[in-house]
Amino acid sequence: MAERYSSFTPGGTGWLLQRLTAAFLVVVLAFHFFQLHFVNHAADVTFMGTQARMENIGYFLAMVLFLIAGTFHGVNGVYNALVNQGLTGTPKKVVLGVLIIASVALIAQGIWVALAMSGMIY
Amino acid sequence: MSQSYNRGLIEDFGRWKEFSAGMWAWIFHKFTGWMLIGYLFTHIAVLSTAIGAAQGETMMLASEQVDVYTGTIQGLESLFIIRVLEVGLLAVAVFHILNGLRLLMVDLGIGLTAQDKSFYASLILTGVITVASVPTFLTGVGL
Repeated sequence: MAERYSSFTPGGTGWLLQRLTAAFLVVVLAFHFFQLHFVNHAADVTFMGTQARMENIGYFLAMVLFLIAGTFHGVNGVYNALVNQGLTGTPKKVVLGVLIIASVALIAQGIWVALAMSGMIY
Repeated sequence: MSQSYNRGLIEDFGRWKEFSAGMWAWIFHKFTGWMLIGYLFTHIAVLSTAIGAAQGETMMLASEQVDVYTGTIQGLESLFIIRVLEVGLLAVAVFHILNGLRLLMVDLGIGLTAQDKSFYASLILTGVITVASVPTFLTGVGL
């Protein structure tokens, strides 16, 4: 019998959330790339065009959820990759703390940006 | 009855010549994951110019006064290297998506015996989509 290699706790919520966010991100990331490189070209992006998209509440919520899901999936992925490489003890706790702070900062900054884009704050 | 096998210490990259398809898939997924999370932080940093734009901040772009968000994005997009990096980002994202779908299938126990073939399919499809997207990504930019 081979060893168990996954860094996730068996049956843990981290494992499940990583998969649930993955399924969501597959769809939204593909849409995002298609929308901003093929429907609209990135080189033609203007603040007015972005505002017009972000004023649509469905698009706005999709982008904010995209940010939260992407941040969780990415940072949780980094954490698990590091644990997989053998990170243990105090360094593991420090890394977890730094990653949580970075995630919260990224999400807060992203929501501020989204609100500015949608015209809800100035 | 589920099958498992001893993969050895994959973290020892000196063993790369012995790696099988599944190990390469694991390494590529990790590499593309690091790229994508790094990009997400950069992306939000660049988009943060929208905060200045909403407050009326402007800048010069090709001797025209434009808002700081439009100027920053269009200024970056006028650089050839940025377009090349965008093609790279697309390749990284497409592989991560396709291999991610493959991993979801593996988790659900679907097509386990074809996991090596689905990795090769992810690679080939990534190549095809990336190459086919190059003209779109290089529209309107010179060297």
